[in-house]
Amino acid sequence: MAVGKRATDETGRASLVPLPRPQEPPPDDPRLSDVDEWGRSAHIREIARRAYAPMYEHWFRVEWEGLEKIPREGGALLVANHAGAIPSDAPVIMHGIETELGRPLYGLADYFFRTMPVVGTLWSRVGGVTAHPDNAYRLLHDQGQLALVFPEGTKGPSKSYTDRYRLRRFGRGGFVEIAMRSGVPIVPIAVVGAEESMPVLFRLSGLARLLGVPYIPVTANMLIFGPLGLTTYLPAKFRLRVLDPIHFDVEPSQERYSKSRVMEEAEAIRSSLQETLYDMLRERRSIWFG
Amino acid sequence: MARRVLITGLDTFWGGRMAEALEADPDVEVILGMGTREPRVPLERTEFVRADQTYSILSRIVRATQVDTIVHTFLVTDSTRASARAVHEINVIGTMNLLAAAGQAGTPVRQVVVKSSTLVYGASELDPAWFREQTPRSKPPATRIENSLLEVESLVRDFAEDNPATVVSVLRFANVLGPDIVTPITSNLSQPMCISIFGFDPLVQFVEETDVVRCLEHVTRHRVPGLYNVAGAGKIPWSEVAAMCGTRRLELPPVGTKAAAKVLELIGLLDMPPELEDLLRYGRGVDTTRIERTGFSCRYSTPGAVASFIGALRLRRSVGTTPPAYTYEQDVEQFFRHSPAVVRLGSDPTDMAEQ
Repeated sequence: MAVGKRATDETGRASLVPLPRPQEPPPDDPRLSDVDEWGRSAHIREIARRAYAPMYEHWFRVEWEGLEKIPREGGALLVANHAGAIPSDAPVIMHGIETELGRPLYGLADYFFRTMPVVGTLWSRVGGVTAHPDNAYRLLHDQGQLALVFPEGTKGPSKSYTDRYRLRRFGRGGFVEIAMRSGVPIVPIAVVGAEESMPVLFRLSGLARLLGVPYIPVTANMLIFGPLGLTTYLPAKFRLRVLDPIHFDVEPSQERYSKSRVMEEAEAIRSSLQETLYDMLRERRSIWFG
Repeated sequence: MARRVLITGLDTFWGGRMAEALEADPDVEVILGMGTREPRVPLERTEFVRADQTYSILSRIVRATQVDTIVHTFLVTDSTRASARAVHEINVIGTMNLLAAAGQAGTPVRQVVVKSSTLVYGASELDPAWFREQTPRSKPPATRIENSLLEVESLVRDFAEDNPATVVSVLRFANVLGPDIVTPITSNLSQPMCISIFGFDPLVQFVEETDVVRCLEHVTRHRVPGLYNVAGAGKIPWSEVAAMCGTRRLELPPVGTKAAAKVLELIGLLDMPPELEDLLRYGRGVDTTRIERTGFSCRYSTPGAVASFIGALRLRRSVGTTPPAYTYEQDVEQFFRHSPAVVRLGSDPTDMAEQ
C-alpha cells in the first residue's frame, strides 16, 4: 500500500530518467518491528507478561526468598533445578525476576527449541536464547546481562515423578566455565513446586526416537485433563530460594580453565542446591498450599 | 608507493565494481582485469585480459606484468548461477591456479585479497547468534557452494602459511543487498511473494553492495592481513524484510520443505537454492568487531541495506529494468587506452583519476 504509493510519487513524472544514487546512507529507521538482535520483541514480551501474570500470582502463587542476592546490575549467571514435563520453572523464574527486579533476564535454552516451528520463534521473541557458549559470553561479559541456565538440561524435565527433586548430573560443568570466562558470579536458585505442576509418569522413548525429539512424556495432567493436559499445569505452590552468589577468583576471558576446578565448582553448586531443596521440602507442609 | 593490481572476474559484478573503485585511487598505477567475457562497466584505464575461468594462464600474466596485489573477487556464491561442475572449476581450481601463480618462485605478489562469504558458517540450530571468525561451523557442509568455499578458504590458509611474507586478506561477506546486485534473495524479494518457512522467522543480516567494495578497497589499500567477517550492524527478522519490501510471504511447510520448493521451482514460481533453506529456518549472524578494529565500518546497517535495496526495487517496479548503458567494444577501448592520437592530460595517473 504505502510502497506502491510512494513509488509512483517519486517516479511518476521522470519515469525514464534513472534516479541518482543517494550519496549519504539513508537514516536507519526503516524498521517495521521491534525485534532486537537477540530476537526479542518488547511488545510481544509485554503481552506475554500480562497474559502470564495471573498464572504467576494466582495459580502458582509464587513466593521468593533472597531475591536481594541477585545483582541489580552487571552480568550474573542464574542456575536452577529443572522439572515438569514442559518445564514450568523457566517462565516462573523469568517472569519473577523481570517484574520484581525490573531487569531483563535471558533464558538459555536447548537448541532443540529452535528446530520447532512457531514455538521456537515465540520462545525467541519472549527472551529465549540458544544455549551456546558464545551467546552466553556475549550476554554476560560484553553486555552485562542476567542469564538463566538449567545445567541439568533435558535430563531434568524428562525424569519421572519418582525421581522428583533429585538433581541430575550437571552436564560437563560448562556453565561454570562460562561464568569464569565471563567474569560473572553464579547465583543458584532452588525451585520447589515445578515437579508437582506436571509430573512425568513415564516416557515413550521409542516414539521420541522415531520423531527425533529429546523425550515424549506421559504426564498426570494428560490423564486428568485429557488433551488439555498438554498445556494445563496442576496448581502446585511455588517457592523459590536464591542462594548466595558464588564468585570465582580467576582471570576472565581465558581460552580454557582447569577442568578439575570447573568440575569441583559444578559439583559444589549441585550439592548445595540439592541440600537447599531437601531443606525446603522438609519445611513444606502441603504440595498445593506450601 | 604505486600499486599494480590484478582483479579476477572483471566481467562480474564485483570485479567491475572493484576496478571502478581502484581507478579513482591515484596510488594504483596499473589495474589489470581478468574475465571470461567483456567488462560490463565503463572503465578508463583498466586493462582487460580474456582468460578461461580456471586461470591456467595466470602464472605468465603475473610474471609479465609484475603485479604486486591480486584481488580475487571471482568466487561463485550463488548456486543458481552455475552447475556443480562449474562451481568447482571456478572456485576451487581457479583459486588453486591463482595461488600457484601468486606463490611462484620470485613472485612479485605481496598481497592476495579473497572475497569469501559467510556461507562458510552455514546455518543450523546449533549456531551461536553471532559467529566470530574463529568459531567453527556447527554442522558439516551439505551444499556444494558451501563445500567449495570451505575448500577455497583452506587453500588460502595453506597459501598464507607457506608464504608468510605475503599479506593474505580473506573477507567473509554476509548476504548482499543493494540497488544493483542480483541474488536468489533479491529475486525472491522482488516478486509479489517471497519464500519463507512456516513457523520460522529467522534473524538475518545483510551488507550493502557499496560497503562490500569499500571493504575490499580498505583491506587492499591498507594491506590488512587476516580473516574478517563483514556485515551491516544489527539483525532483522525475515518477516520484516519481506514487509519492508512489500512482498507477501509464501509459507512452505516446515516438513518436506525441499519437496515443496522443488514443486515451486518446477512451475517456475520461485527459486530456492539449498543454502537458502537453512538460512530461512535458522538465520545467521556474524560478529564484525575484528574488521571494525582495523578502522573499517559499514556505512549501511542491516535495515539500511534493505532500505537501499527497496529504493531501487520501487524504481524497477515503476519503470522496469533499464538496459545496460555500456557495452565493451574491443577496438574502441584499445583506441582510447593506447592510441597516440588521444590527448592524455599528463602521464600522471592522478590527472586521469580527476577526469
